[in-house]
Amino acid sequence: MSATVSVDHLLTTRSLTKNFRGFTAVRSVDLDIRRGGIHALVGPNGAGKTTLFNLLTGFLKPTSGSITFDGRDITGLQPEDIVHIGIARSFQITSLFDNMTALEHLQLALSSPTGVSLRFWRSERRLDRFRARSLELLDQVGMADLANREVGHYAYGQKRAVELALAVALDPKLLLLDEPTAGMSLEDVDRTIELVLRIATGRTVVFVDHNMRVVGELADRVTVLQQGEILVEGTYDEVRQDEKVITAYLGQAHA
Amino acid sequence: MTNPTLPTAVPSDLSLDPVAARGRLVRRLVLLGIGVLAALVLPLVIYPPVASDILAWALFALSVDLLLGFTGLLSFGHAAFWGGSAYVTGIIAIRLGVPFPVAILGGMIFAMAIAVPIGYLSVRRSGIYFAMVTLAFAQMIYFVANQWLDVTGGENGLQGVPVSFFGISAVETDSFTFYYAALVLIVIGMVAGWRIVHSPFGRVLTAIRDNSARARALGYDVERYKLIAFVLSAGLAGLAGGVFTISHGFVSLQEVDWPTSGKVVLMTVIGGIGTLWGGAIGAAVIVLLEDQLSSSGFEGTGIITGAIFIIVVLLFRRGIWGTAQNGFDRIRRALAVRAQRKRNGDSAVATRIDDGS
Ligand SMILES: Nc1ncnc2c1ncn2[C@@H]1O[C@H](COP(=O)(O)OP(=O)(O)OP(=O)(O)O)[C@@H](O)[C@H]1O
Ligand SMILES: [Mg+2]
Repeated sequence: MSATVSVDHLLTTRSLTKNFRGFTAVRSVDLDIRRGGIHALVGPNGAGKTTLFNLLTGFLKPTSGSITFDGRDITGLQPEDIVHIGIARSFQITSLFDNMTALEHLQLALSSPTGVSLRFWRSERRLDRFRARSLELLDQVGMADLANREVGHYAYGQKRAVELALAVALDPKLLLLDEPTAGMSLEDVDRTIELVLRIATGRTVVFVDHNMRVVGELADRVTVLQQGEILVEGTYDEVRQDEKVITAYLGQAHA
Repeated sequence: MTNPTLPTAVPSDLSLDPVAARGRLVRRLVLLGIGVLAALVLPLVIYPPVASDILAWALFALSVDLLLGFTGLLSFGHAAFWGGSAYVTGIIAIRLGVPFPVAILGGMIFAMAIAVPIGYLSVRRSGIYFAMVTLAFAQMIYFVANQWLDVTGGENGLQGVPVSFFGISAVETDSFTFYYAALVLIVIGMVAGWRIVHSPFGRVLTAIRDNSARARALGYDVERYKLIAFVLSAGLAGLAGGVFTISHGFVSLQEVDWPTSGKVVLMTVIGGIGTLWGGAIGAAVIVLLEDQLSSSGFEGTGIITGAIFIIVVLLFRRGIWGTAQNGFDRIRRALAVRAQRKRNGDSAVATRIDDGS
């Protein structure tokens, strides 16, 4: 373990950088995520938040820099390996299997670490043993009634709920939520805030959100990203009053 | 069963309705019965060797559908596995004289063995690139078969493949009886295919097909699953190719050539991608058509099959099986609605009678 990694931090990045053909989407980011906390990642559109998530989950390979998770260098690992090490994510743009029911989604997530899915000679009834837990998770997000309906028929907010349930089903140490409340009605936002608080117990959460009320209610730390770089980091109140942050957001509003 | 929070446009969910579920089971059993009956009477209706050809191509098409319909991979090199197994089956049968199921097993193992490196190098690609890479490897197999005269007979092919079957002469000498022995092997292959599709593994395959990034985010090693699917598919293609070889008594170079890869994709598409059984219909259509056309001395078989292909792709995107399935569903729904109306009507009548009394 490197000397810069404190035991308090579940996730650490050092000089993390991502270039897309000459354009730097993430620039030399040093991020320290405290174990057990809820950490918000905010910043204007195009700041590099999703790109950062993609780097942390292995969907993109960093151009340079390193990622340490739970004392282990995970830079350059494949997404599926990172999931099994303990980082799960939800997607900013809902990403589900339209022809599968919510129950089948959850079964797929729950069976993933067990190896049962390689058994091509067994009946799919084998997955029934994940049924009870699946329904429990769906119930947590208020989707148990719709468990047997194909998610292609779901309304937007319902799909977001399934996304959340899926991430929780993987039982990660670190949960990355990319705009969990985007496009939601006010009540759905409230429900999601409550839900995130509930699923955050015993885990570490990093989330991206443009809704400052959500950030204020959930986050104990906030990192502001602008043009791929960390602008400031601190508590919600510190960040909110920061000159640079105000300018960055106003600048965007005037652009 | 209805949920008030759902938008009203959502159709009522048939999968939750026990009556519909029973209806589906009945439909499945009826279809299974028809399929079994058709397979049993086939050599009575048509020339038995042609019937055996249909069997072999049906399983071959199913093996392609396992990849194309259930994993989302279009292999354009499956002739390598069908033809590769054909040669190995033929060589084992000629040199060792073992019962033909054993020779075919050898061919299958060979097909799966070459599928490991070919699959390993091709499943990293997707879409048209996957098709091109598989085609390239299949052409390498073709090249070897063409050059290695001592073993494969080159352009002359491999002649005189015997039918040895535990000394049971009815199977060994009579193509009609042979058909039923072949049927057993083909059915085993088809049941295996069905099992794979309806296994926990099959679930992951369809997940990968529909959204592979999501499957990875759930912790699935997409390439590994694709590779296993590829090798299993090659095994089924090898089983089919082995049966074909024994049935014909020789192996021609054409079995490893690219038009064979194209033909089996054609059958799969005509039958219906992602239907599993559709390939059998596609195989029957194409094999019978080719047989009719060639026995009538017609030269342009390719034009006819090509035209059918275009018609199916343009008009029946879900193939023959898929289109028929849609039709069944529509009829079933119409009947359900009518039954519902009738029930309502009856109760209305009953109310009126009550009022009258
Ligand atoms: N695969 C890619 N190739 C090229 N450029 C990319 C790629 N992905 C992201 N970018 C660019 O990187 C920048 C950061 O994008 P990113 O999606 O990370 O922003 P974000 O902070 O998540 O924004 P938003 O709030 O709109 O979701 C953008 O300018 C985007 O166009
Ligand atoms: Mg984003």
